[in-house]
Amino acid sequence: MIEAALRPGRCGALAMACALLAACASSGTVVLLPEKDGKPAAVTVKQGDKEVVLDQPYAATKATAFGPRPYTSSAQEVQSQFGSALAAQPPRPVPYTLYFIEGKDEFTDESKKLLEQVLSEIRQHPVPDVLVVGHTDTVGNDQYNDALGQRRADAVRAVLIALGIPESDVRAISRGKRELAVPTADGVAEPRNRRVEIVVR
Amino acid sequence: MSIPRGQVGRGSLAVALLCLATLATAAEIGQIKTSKGQVAIERESKTLAGGAGVRVQTSDIIKTGADGSVGITMDDDSLLSVGPNSVLSLDRYAFDPTTSKGRFDASLNKGTLAVISGRIAKQSPDAMTVRTPTAILGVRGTEFAVSADD
Repeated sequence: MIEAALRPGRCGALAMACALLAACASSGTVVLLPEKDGKPAAVTVKQGDKEVVLDQPYAATKATAFGPRPYTSSAQEVQSQFGSALAAQPPRPVPYTLYFIEGKDEFTDESKKLLEQVLSEIRQHPVPDVLVVGHTDTVGNDQYNDALGQRRADAVRAVLIALGIPESDVRAISRGKRELAVPTADGVAEPRNRRVEIVVR
Repeated sequence: MSIPRGQVGRGSLAVALLCLATLATAAEIGQIKTSKGQVAIERESKTLAGGAGVRVQTSDIIKTGADGSVGITMDDDSLLSVGPNSVLSLDRYAFDPTTSKGRFDASLNKGTLAVISGRIAKQSPDAMTVRTPTAILGVRGTEFAVSADD
């Protein structure tokens, strides 16, 4: 009788120990890394109904059986824990902006020189893919500018292909007037917004 | 009679091929840029080699061996890189390059992952999450590292 009474207790304790172990065994960490350009950054980490916000460089949290435990990590700790993952990071996308001579689909002299730089950048990437993004100024509605931006991007894509970049590696898209280089009110003609961005990834 | 039929047949085939090509392009959401050691992609019960240049799709599960690591650039410029002995699942991905609106949910089931978030998280701060067996990360931007110990 005593034994029988004890058993469930033991099992309960064992189950609890298992649960704790499991919680510990599957614990994970999250570390916010410093931004290259110092822009504000944040990651929220939710474990059950508890949430931690990481918004400082090396702010970190570890999952425990009792919820997230915040701490401060360091460059060395990040290197030893995440070194391999960080070493595998793909090259950051490199953007170039090209401008057209007004009213023509011909690049300005400066942009022609930049195009040579773009080509050498593409050659440096181990597995290049190139995104050509057409932008417009704010004259006209979204539909009009999306189509205009696409035409500009398509034209630049054709130039890159003619210069020997494989077709399958170059994609042309339009952002229309959504991403202005120079903020203006709607309906303003602004040459610096009529541009094509080439992003080498 | 036989000539027009042949033309119709060829036309339909061309249309069908075009559709396939479009579908294939739409399904591709990123590309492996760096790959070292053992890297595999599980896709619809098939296992593919995850070498540099391979394009990834939604629902792909990326697995690395003890000597493996892999770096992926997603369509929205998100950069994901995975360390050894890891399992990363690309659960959900939608991205409209014109508006930058989208949704990206990934799960790190095991191992280590470093992330530099891209246009999806920049456009709408609640649009990107990374799950681990213990936590759900909401990505407001931009660089972080996460582990899911085995």
